[in-house]
Amino acid sequence: MNREPVVFEHSRPGRRAPSHAPAHCADTASLPQELLRRSPPLLPEVSELDAVRHFTRLSQLNFSIDTHFYPLGSCTMKYNPRAANSLAMLPGFLARHPLGAVGHGQGFLECLFELQEMLKAVTGMQGVSLTPMAGAQGEFAGVAMIRAYHAARGDHARRVIIVPDAAHGTNPATATMCGYDVREVPTGPCGDIDLDALRQAVGPDTAGIMLTNPSTLGVFERRIAEVAGIVHAAGGLLYYDGANMNAILGRARPATMGFDVVHLNLHKTFSTPHGGGGPGAGIVAVNQRLDPFLPVPIVGERDGRYVWLTERERPQSIGRLSAFMGNAGVLLRAYVYMRMLGAPGMRRVADYAVLNANYLMTKLRQAGFDVAYPERRASHEFIVSLKAIARDTGVTAMDFAKALLDRGYHAPTTYFPLLVPECLLIEPTETESCEVLDGFAAALVAIRDQARSDPAAVKAAPLTTPVRRLDDVRAARDLDLTWQRRKSPAGAS
Amino acid sequence: MPFIPHTPQDVAGMLATIGAGSIDELFDEIPADLALDDALPIGPGLTEPEITRLMLARAGQDGGPLCFLGAGAYEHHIPAAVWALATRGEFYSAYTPYQAEASQGTLQIIYEFQSMMAGLTGLDVSNASLYDGATAFAEACLMAVRANRKSRSRRVLTTRALTPVYRAVARTMLSGQGIELVELPVEAGRTSLAALQAMTGQDFAALAIQQPGFLGVPEAVDALTDWAHAGNLLVIGVCNPLWLALLRPPGEWGQAGADIACGEGQPLGIPLASGGPYFGYLTCREALVRQMPGRIVGRTLDLDGRPGYTLTLQAREQHIRRSRATSNICTNQGLMVTAATIFMTLLGAEGLRRVAAQCHANTRDLVAALTRLPGVSLAFEPFCHEAVLRFDRPVAPLLQALSARGILGGFDLAADYPEIGPGLLVCATEMRTAEDIECYVQALGEALAGRRA
Repeated sequence: MNREPVVFEHSRPGRRAPSHAPAHCADTASLPQELLRRSPPLLPEVSELDAVRHFTRLSQLNFSIDTHFYPLGSCTMKYNPRAANSLAMLPGFLARHPLGAVGHGQGFLECLFELQEMLKAVTGMQGVSLTPMAGAQGEFAGVAMIRAYHAARGDHARRVIIVPDAAHGTNPATATMCGYDVREVPTGPCGDIDLDALRQAVGPDTAGIMLTNPSTLGVFERRIAEVAGIVHAAGGLLYYDGANMNAILGRARPATMGFDVVHLNLHKTFSTPHGGGGPGAGIVAVNQRLDPFLPVPIVGERDGRYVWLTERERPQSIGRLSAFMGNAGVLLRAYVYMRMLGAPGMRRVADYAVLNANYLMTKLRQAGFDVAYPERRASHEFIVSLKAIARDTGVTAMDFAKALLDRGYHAPTTYFPLLVPECLLIEPTETESCEVLDGFAAALVAIRDQARSDPAAVKAAPLTTPVRRLDDVRAARDLDLTWQRRKSPAGAS
Repeated sequence: MPFIPHTPQDVAGMLATIGAGSIDELFDEIPADLALDDALPIGPGLTEPEITRLMLARAGQDGGPLCFLGAGAYEHHIPAAVWALATRGEFYSAYTPYQAEASQGTLQIIYEFQSMMAGLTGLDVSNASLYDGATAFAEACLMAVRANRKSRSRRVLTTRALTPVYRAVARTMLSGQGIELVELPVEAGRTSLAALQAMTGQDFAALAIQQPGFLGVPEAVDALTDWAHAGNLLVIGVCNPLWLALLRPPGEWGQAGADIACGEGQPLGIPLASGGPYFGYLTCREALVRQMPGRIVGRTLDLDGRPGYTLTLQAREQHIRRSRATSNICTNQGLMVTAATIFMTLLGAEGLRRVAAQCHANTRDLVAALTRLPGVSLAFEPFCHEAVLRFDRPVAPLLQALSARGILGGFDLAADYPEIGPGLLVCATEMRTAEDIECYVQALGEALAGRRA
């Protein structure tokens, strides 16, 4: 495929798309002249058709769910129903100013209120705040609430958040942002948390623990009730990272497992689009003891009208996390999706996500691949370790990932979780058919065959993508982050 | 089954492969006392026509009032091409470009976006965006505390002329790390230079100022920047990016220019949408790039020597650095950045400049018309595309009366700026016509006279 020039290369002095701005520049004499810009910023000068072609061509350089199987573990890349998008983009929703009177927002607020109620049902929790704008911000909100809870009790000795070694990197990063020290606990041989190590790790300095269940190893933490008992007995609270909620939706609830606070990624479990890296939504749900600390605003109901609950009504709140109401449009998309599924549809999500993962894991195991925990059920995802193949052939997990691209599949998550060497974390999701899974399994087998017969060919992949493997070292060393500062790379054409 | 393709035959065959008797059996590792047997208390599913009927009715309830409200979110024209392109499935349903070879479209757009934001702000480098303007401000404060090697202070000096909710969000995000915001008072609608002088000699990591200020008045950015640099403070400029087509960019403030710029990207092609999703931008001098939070895209070469794009400087980030990362942020607001990049391409520098100038002209017309009413006066001059009107009585009842007439009259300053007295922040973007302004004048006149809608 030919490369698409940078948009500035399409630029011609004086060329414009004039119908989008006033025909003349209004008088600016009433502005302080010494504050005016002396020279215009470097922006493209193109026609509307130039722009439409450029961005259409760029779109064609992407893999996406709409075009490719995208089994990116821990990311839940399922089909994003188009109705959710078009209904969230109805003019009545899009045109509403965030500070508009609630009298001009009852329909919008009703959707959010009902979304809060559905999320309480899904998690088993007492209170919900929709404001966090991504999973990482939901984590921040959750840990900040744990901190506020201890502080409200005058308990200032709790300085440590415990995380398992398999945790997402956001967990320890979040604990640091909230001013906590991080203590890691190891995973046992079967993928469950090491309870003896946990008992050693907790104490009067324990603020809480951050857990994902099913864990990032793709297995359900079977002794979660004991974990909760140990942490609660030490005076700590339990934080549920909802990254893997797709595996248990309608089948189990974090509140029943003993968690005090949950964040859910609506862009995973509730199928709002990932958008090339956001926007997401990372709502938080809490039990009674953390309810007063929820971030604001929250939607309340008073005398049959929906209203914002703010710092005034909720003085113990950890405060605000966004200028207005989080990623409101993402919330509407999740609302539409949840209403379309209803209660039976939610449970089916987990059922078929887990069916697909166990099916694909079985197929790959039967084909001779090593899975990380063969004696365990897969949750909605599972890990293949390519350590033996890499040792025998030199072909690594990274090489497999690139070779999959040539066969029309987005790669699974690679090299995460960090404790399984040469791993692929594979999450097929419930919206894929068994033919797609069969095709993917066959592709992995074909790549392995090629790794044995012609390893150099696999290491040369990808060949069919718009670019071949990129020089990441050069990217970080000779920083070229903007066009106007671009150094002309040697050999570039 | 909505969105699930499996036929009964598929399920039977897949279970046989697995060696399980039923789907229920696949959940046998969940302890029985944790398993949820009852259906969730959520109704049955709706078909697409049913949910469409429901959402049309709800969207219709929202009324579509005439908007003279800004205060951080602005109604601007968005070219039809922007969202027609941004919602293409290849953008919409892709994820973070971890596999660079399969994500060149998203990566190149981020590179183009970074170039445009660096140009608008007059600084060297940009990240791939943050959640919104408020969190971008908070991250900029955190970044400044990390980056200022001449000061070990954990205090950031800011001003009451900076958007109140940005300060509120920053307090939420900074308090856990013991970082404090100190606020300068406002005088004549902008940061008090006298109060600033009184701070000379105190230790702060940074000075954060906003251009134009929340009250619509442009700040004396050169004096503020030079004062800060003289005291070894870094300078954070919070700017409406649309206005950077008209006003001198942070990189050109004072003798040395600001060090970090950030702000709310919503004016660049993002619908109001009740507050989100928007995006925050963050740019800085190249020397500070390793202290930046969030994703950054770099241009490099592939094996054949052809240019391509990839995520870079990832050693700053949570998935590598874990508890020592610059931030816990994982995503950016990718789709909004896509839309904003298309928006800036279609408008160009001249288009953005004309839109900003028209907003200024319309707000001038609005102020002139409203201040002809008795008891209404202009509080501060000069102003950009928002202005504070002073009233001889509380503003809240007037706003209610205007709302009943289908007009969002502005932002009531009573709660955030009691020192101003009864004040209303009004805004007329390029979307408001002379007739719209006349409607507002008529409705406010009636409300002031105490007539019911």
